[in-house]
Amino acid sequence: MKLELQGITKTFGALVANDHIDLEVEPGEIHCLLGENGAGKSTLMNILYGLYQADGGTILLDGTAQHFAGPGDAMRAGIGMVHQHFMLIPVFTVAENVMLGHEQAKLGFLDLPAARAKVREISARFGFDVDPDALVEDLPVGVQQRVEIIKALSRNAQVLVFDEPTAVLTPQETDELMAIMRQLKEAGTAIVFITHKLREVREVADRITVIRLGKVVGEASPTATNSELASLMVGRSVELTVEKSGSVSGGHALTVDHVTVIDARGQVVVDDVSFEVQAGEILAIAGVQGNGQTELTEAILGLEEHVTGGIHLDGLDLRQLSMRKILDAGVGFVPEDRQEDALVPEFTIAENLMLDRSDGEPFVKRGTLQLGYLRSFAADKVKEFDVRTQGIDTLVGRLSGGNQQKVVLARELSRELRLFVAAQPTRGLDVGSIEFVHERIVATRDAGVPVIVISTELDEVVALADRIAVMYRGRIVGIVPGDTPRDVLGLMMAGEVPHGTEVAA
Amino acid sequence: MTTATTSPGATAPAVHTDAQLLERSWKVPIGLGVFALVAIILFVVLGRDGQSVFSFTASNANAVQLPTLPLGARATGIVVSVIAVLMAAGAAVLVQRRVHVPLWYVAIYTLTLVIGFLVWTTTGNTLHITGLLVGSLALSAPLIFGALGGVISERVGVTNVAIEGQLLAGAFVSAVTASVTGSLVAGVIAAMVAGVLVSFVLGAFAVKYAVNQVIVGIVLNVLVLGLTTFLYQTVLVNNQTTLNTPPRFHNIDIPLLSQIPVIGPLLFSQTVIVYLMYIAVIAIFVGLFRTRWGLRLRAVGEHPQAADTVGINVARTRFWNVALAGAIVGLGGAYFTLGSVGPFSQNMTNGNGFIALAAVIFGRWDPIRATLAALLFGFASNLQSVISILGSPVPNDFLLMLPYVVTIFAVAGVVGRVRGPAAAGRPYVKS
Repeated sequence: MKLELQGITKTFGALVANDHIDLEVEPGEIHCLLGENGAGKSTLMNILYGLYQADGGTILLDGTAQHFAGPGDAMRAGIGMVHQHFMLIPVFTVAENVMLGHEQAKLGFLDLPAARAKVREISARFGFDVDPDALVEDLPVGVQQRVEIIKALSRNAQVLVFDEPTAVLTPQETDELMAIMRQLKEAGTAIVFITHKLREVREVADRITVIRLGKVVGEASPTATNSELASLMVGRSVELTVEKSGSVSGGHALTVDHVTVIDARGQVVVDDVSFEVQAGEILAIAGVQGNGQTELTEAILGLEEHVTGGIHLDGLDLRQLSMRKILDAGVGFVPEDRQEDALVPEFTIAENLMLDRSDGEPFVKRGTLQLGYLRSFAADKVKEFDVRTQGIDTLVGRLSGGNQQKVVLARELSRELRLFVAAQPTRGLDVGSIEFVHERIVATRDAGVPVIVISTELDEVVALADRIAVMYRGRIVGIVPGDTPRDVLGLMMAGEVPHGTEVAA
Repeated sequence: MTTATTSPGATAPAVHTDAQLLERSWKVPIGLGVFALVAIILFVVLGRDGQSVFSFTASNANAVQLPTLPLGARATGIVVSVIAVLMAAGAAVLVQRRVHVPLWYVAIYTLTLVIGFLVWTTTGNTLHITGLLVGSLALSAPLIFGALGGVISERVGVTNVAIEGQLLAGAFVSAVTASVTGSLVAGVIAAMVAGVLVSFVLGAFAVKYAVNQVIVGIVLNVLVLGLTTFLYQTVLVNNQTTLNTPPRFHNIDIPLLSQIPVIGPLLFSQTVIVYLMYIAVIAIFVGLFRTRWGLRLRAVGEHPQAADTVGINVARTRFWNVALAGAIVGLGGAYFTLGSVGPFSQNMTNGNGFIALAAVIFGRWDPIRATLAALLFGFASNLQSVISILGSPVPNDFLLMLPYVVTIFAVAGVVGRVRGPAAAGRPYVKS
């Protein structure tokens, strides 16, 4: 089935999310939609899927104009979608998830055997190993994604949209997904592949359309280089590698010794982890989302309740200290969910900048906020960290992701630091902001501060790390040098240590 | 929405179920130990001499009669105390071995203590077990209807705090309608309509306008209480004979089944409303877990966005299922009047809706378990009234607290942290 989008326009208030976008996807073609976060890719696909109504333009399937009042209409017309955040019900089985919305029933009762057979039939066709009776919440994310694909195919989708499908996958799972996409393409499915990862685009795309600020800014062929694609996407030339000199070791600063963390459900999420970070080096902790990285950082910061083992910073036992004392000891922290854990969206930039310093001078004297000092401090920091805003009184919730992250960095880096922990520091940021954040992290290292960067993006790990620790299921698989090849890292992220890899303890 | 797929446990299940590292919870053995101590003090130290007679006779004469069972108070007390101490120790051993203390263990323990307490408190009297149980079911019936409505409503993602209001509205409207028309069927239908109307308000605000569901529910309770009280005092009191003298449902004996001792009069010599309740419990259980209606309803309550993306209309599903829940609760309201006493009286539901809400949680959002929870609460209420009539060494004011103490212990102590429908109480706004 051939899909055409003609002049799709969508506005949210003053923001033009999609501005007369044209797109054409042939059957048996993988068409990549490349663009930064916030470029309008997902909005466009949500219009195609009937979740949003376009303000203008038409959707054509095999030349016939379509009107989708909701996702039900789009699905009936043959459009399927694999969502970035899986649209699966965690407490349902695979079969129940697949049948939901188009259930077959016998005498009013659900026909589960038919649904199981359907799951098995599609699984067999693509070589998936999916148990129809497994609860979705018990499945690894890679398998959950396959359930999403089965779900779309069970409705005979002719046009399949993959919305940022690789964000949650290991490199190996990503390769497998690429193979599945090629297989679908062979079967004549028209595929729209949304991503901002250049590597994947070049690997699998037949055609590439680049979107920036809601507009189509150009088409590219899969043979284009990374920097060509990146500059099309961002609108200016971008430095894709981080300038970084060799690290100057300043002796052990942070020692993490046999640390185990148990979560509220009684599960061991960090399992006997030991490592050291030296002053003036960046230790990157790589791994797929949900393998204990979050809990490990929270344990270092004193945010986890059930921790055993030792955590020492310059001889100071962090486990004995309160959160307040840990901050006072010079630990800077960029949490992975900045809107939830790092900022108060309803506070101004200035207020957010002093959040962790409300207990004494110079921001507070005798219980009174020193607003004059705060204003000049905030104005300085906004300038220094290049926060693009109308003023320091702007609410942080109104800023873009990149500018929010700059506010977090400004707050954490403006203290005298002895340890800096950055979790997913560039998640959801545009390429320009990523550049800036990386520069600041390297500058912090060069100032002699030990730095821990937690990241699920291999590009980021490779760009920043002096040493890389790979975590899998709560354990550290190995600690390897920063120049370790990506395929080795990929295997380690799946829990295997390739033969002959030199693992530094 | 964003963390639905990324919790650590979801990606690495069953790998680290290393029992060595799990913390032991001493909550259950300590609880059992405390009650065993109470048992020793009450039944042995403060033990009473004499006999308590358990009688199993039924009010309907054609049932098969069982002999009475005389129990020596002090002997029973000692036996019960010993069992209680042993079971508490047993629980401690289980925890020491890191085995989870099963719920049936707690249930048997509780039953033993209840028997001990009954013997102790009714020493020198005759306790009619059948009557105690029949009365318990009578008090449980509206709770069960309320809990069923609550289960449906919460499963579809709308927290229903307005059960109390729906029960009261049902009670009022059914009494007036049945009085005026002389028809029980009209009264029951009117009660269901009243429950639905309350649900419409809840649904409109909670689903369409995304208002905080708990606040709307509380406001509705106060509104219905105020409205029925006002109408009762200004209209019903002055026209008691024409407006507030409804007919009542009569008990229907089911042939053969009603003659089984104890069980017969308890379950099979009941009013139509109770028989409807049996059907409702089973139908809702089967419906929730075996039909398209139930699958979609649960999907909407767990992950409305996912339901939306497969073409299920979330708002419509929520609105009409909340309305259905209102009809079921309204029917429970009719039980207060047409199913038992007849005329309506001011605030006659008296907090039952809130107990029903507790039964929903104690029952872990499952129709059968919620029904059992409601039966437990009904039993506690009836026990209190039976004991206070027979006369007991325990002051009546303490007995009055019994149903609520049971509720708090059940919900806070035994249930602990449970997972309800993920999206219950959260309005769905398309993003």
